[in-house]
Amino acid sequence: MDTVLLARLQFALTVGFHFLFPPISIGLAWLLVIVEGLGWRKNDAEYVRIGKFFGKLLGLTFAVGVATGIVMEFQFGTNWSEYSRFVGDIFGAPLAAEGVFAFFLESGFLGLYLFGRGRVSKGAHWFSVLMVAVGATISAFWIIVANSWQQTPAGYIIQNGRAELVSFSEAVFNPSTLVRYFHTVDAALVCGAFFMAGIAAYFLRRQREVPFAQRAMKVSIVFGLVVSILEVVPFGHEHARQVARTQPEKFAAIEGLYASQTGAPIVLFGYPINPPPELKAKVEIPGILSWLAFGDPNAPIRGISEFPLENRPPLWLTFVSFHNMVILGMYFIAMMALATWMLFRKTLWNNRKILSLFLWSIPLPVAACQLGWIAAEVGRQPWIVYNLLRTSDAVSVTVSGGEILFSIILFGLVYLLLGVLYVFLLTRKVQHGPEPLHSSEVPA
Amino acid sequence: MMDLNTIWFVLTGVLLIGYAVLDGFDLGVGISHLLARNETERRTFINAIAPVWDGNEVWLLTAGGALFAAFPPVYAAVFSGFYLAMMLLLVALIARAVSMEFRGKVDAQGWRRVWDWGFGIGSLVSALLLGVAYGNILRGIPLDNTGHYTGTFLDLLNPFALLVGVLGLLLFSMHGATYLALKVEPELRSTMPARATRLWMGFVVFFIIVTGATLLTSPFLFQNILGSPLFWMLFILLLASVLLYPIALKSGRYALAFTASAATIASIMGVSFLSLFPRLVPASNDPGFSLTVYNASSTHVTLSVMLIIACIGVPVVIGYTVFIYRVFKGKVTLGPDSY
Repeated sequence: MDTVLLARLQFALTVGFHFLFPPISIGLAWLLVIVEGLGWRKNDAEYVRIGKFFGKLLGLTFAVGVATGIVMEFQFGTNWSEYSRFVGDIFGAPLAAEGVFAFFLESGFLGLYLFGRGRVSKGAHWFSVLMVAVGATISAFWIIVANSWQQTPAGYIIQNGRAELVSFSEAVFNPSTLVRYFHTVDAALVCGAFFMAGIAAYFLRRQREVPFAQRAMKVSIVFGLVVSILEVVPFGHEHARQVARTQPEKFAAIEGLYASQTGAPIVLFGYPINPPPELKAKVEIPGILSWLAFGDPNAPIRGISEFPLENRPPLWLTFVSFHNMVILGMYFIAMMALATWMLFRKTLWNNRKILSLFLWSIPLPVAACQLGWIAAEVGRQPWIVYNLLRTSDAVSVTVSGGEILFSIILFGLVYLLLGVLYVFLLTRKVQHGPEPLHSSEVPA
Repeated sequence: MMDLNTIWFVLTGVLLIGYAVLDGFDLGVGISHLLARNETERRTFINAIAPVWDGNEVWLLTAGGALFAAFPPVYAAVFSGFYLAMMLLLVALIARAVSMEFRGKVDAQGWRRVWDWGFGIGSLVSALLLGVAYGNILRGIPLDNTGHYTGTFLDLLNPFALLVGVLGLLLFSMHGATYLALKVEPELRSTMPARATRLWMGFVVFFIIVTGATLLTSPFLFQNILGSPLFWMLFILLLASVLLYPIALKSGRYALAFTASAATIASIMGVSFLSLFPRLVPASNDPGFSLTVYNASSTHVTLSVMLIIACIGVPVVIGYTVFIYRVFKGKVTLGPDSY
């Protein structure tokens, strides 16, 4: 196998596995800001227990996220040294900023949050979980800045054989940064909402810890409904409009638009085959894509056939990942809306089917994050920096295919073990349930 | 007035020293954990670093980010050149991190033993590999005229680098044992002062050997610095802290001993960075191919932006890090939230 493909597989494995955890951490951290705040201000023992219980789960999730995240900081250098040489003047600064502004904040205060209960005042303890959430959210900002610059580079000139920074603000706030940031962070909030709701549903279904679980369910469902809707409108919609304007090849690939046309349809279902590019078993509504992307049902949109073969991204993977992500996004809104409605009708607590569905839905927002990320990254191919540097020119020249294969196997085994242990420990902790409060912790 | 390139050499050096001083004791505690005699000791050792190790490791991540941003060709050449060693280091750091989190989650002796080994071996291998990498930089590595590493993985395991690896291992172990002497109750630390003293003796012996070996292997390191007052200041600090350490330990002043071991790490690294300057990575085959702060840096625009980021961010980081350490001041106690 060639080294480029191996290097890409290695990156997909290490980033993909790492990216399972931060969305849960970010979402859960913000929910903990809410429940710890309620526990503190309302003096409500059940909210304190929710905080302690989900705080432990945050600690576990965070630990695996941090451990696998170390790899990220170094593998641009190990596997993509030519990329690092080409973009280092621009790409390194957001990574360093992420360390200074985010990693120190979240890891420092996570220690205080997890081990400092009782050592600091309740207000200071709440502040520590707030700083964890803020740190994790800032971290997402800088890594999205770096990745968005790969998608829509700005604020640079090509000089001395590399991209050199001209304007830091233009590079940071390049055309895709903010829409992608809101879309990604909100996706993390959806992950957190389904994580808490699913675990609360598990207890409700078994009639265990009912007051505890009802509170957790209420908070996560109301929160989840808001963030699930925001995820599609405006964030998902605006992101798609940005892609339509700045990365037309990617847009054509993810939407399954293979011939240029006015009044482009939105594809509800299809199965892409290639070459020549064609959608089998297509179900579509005319004009909608043009209207959504450009506000005019007759707007012309370029199809993939208009672009040279060597600049086209893979069609099957981009279409399938994007469409499944959208389907999941709709499912999240439907679930949260249904649950909120049942909450007001007071029929949620005893509906075992819905509660089961919530439990089994825990991994789905995480899957949607992975699908969205695949659509974004594969849709950028064959470029590692859009229209500037090809992925095939970016790999480390001094690293052999055998060495990369070795690292794929090594990390594959380590991550398989970590994944199994994470699920095992999470399940075990949830089955064990929350601890009773110590007498000193019961609010007066 | 220092130029921007030099400032970033210093700042990257400060980040690396910060990492070695802070995560150095975490790694040392992990190594001591291998020798712990019973469950109480093992649990106490882990909980002595539980609230802070993650923040300490961030110094390494940030140093990596700073190197990428300020000196991309160095980041690219060293990490791709040290490929297999880097992969092993990453796996060792992962093992160290998750072992602490996983260990207390299942109450079974076999389970705990597995993660005890993961924590201890992960820490030991990390400490050793970091030292070996450091030794290779001091010795210089073969580079071509485009700054690409031309050696092999086995070239990295040369005797000099291995010597520096052992030196680092001894130093981190000593630092960790000192931290434990400071942080755990007297009945649990009984073995620590004696162990720390033995580690100190080992360190002194290896320090003399490595210094001699450096004179033979990398004479270029000593060319320009013997006339530098800063070099002699750091060297005197190094000697003073090395000599102060056993005295402080013997008199039971563990905070002072910990300060001395931290100063030893900081000054030994300071002396070697000063000797490297302006080189970041000396080329062992042809000095002209060396990567320096001038031929391997980012643009002044980027270095300026990064300096602003550092000036805003670092004081805040130091502020809340000090605050967090103060919260966890005193002897470690096991409670319901402990690992």
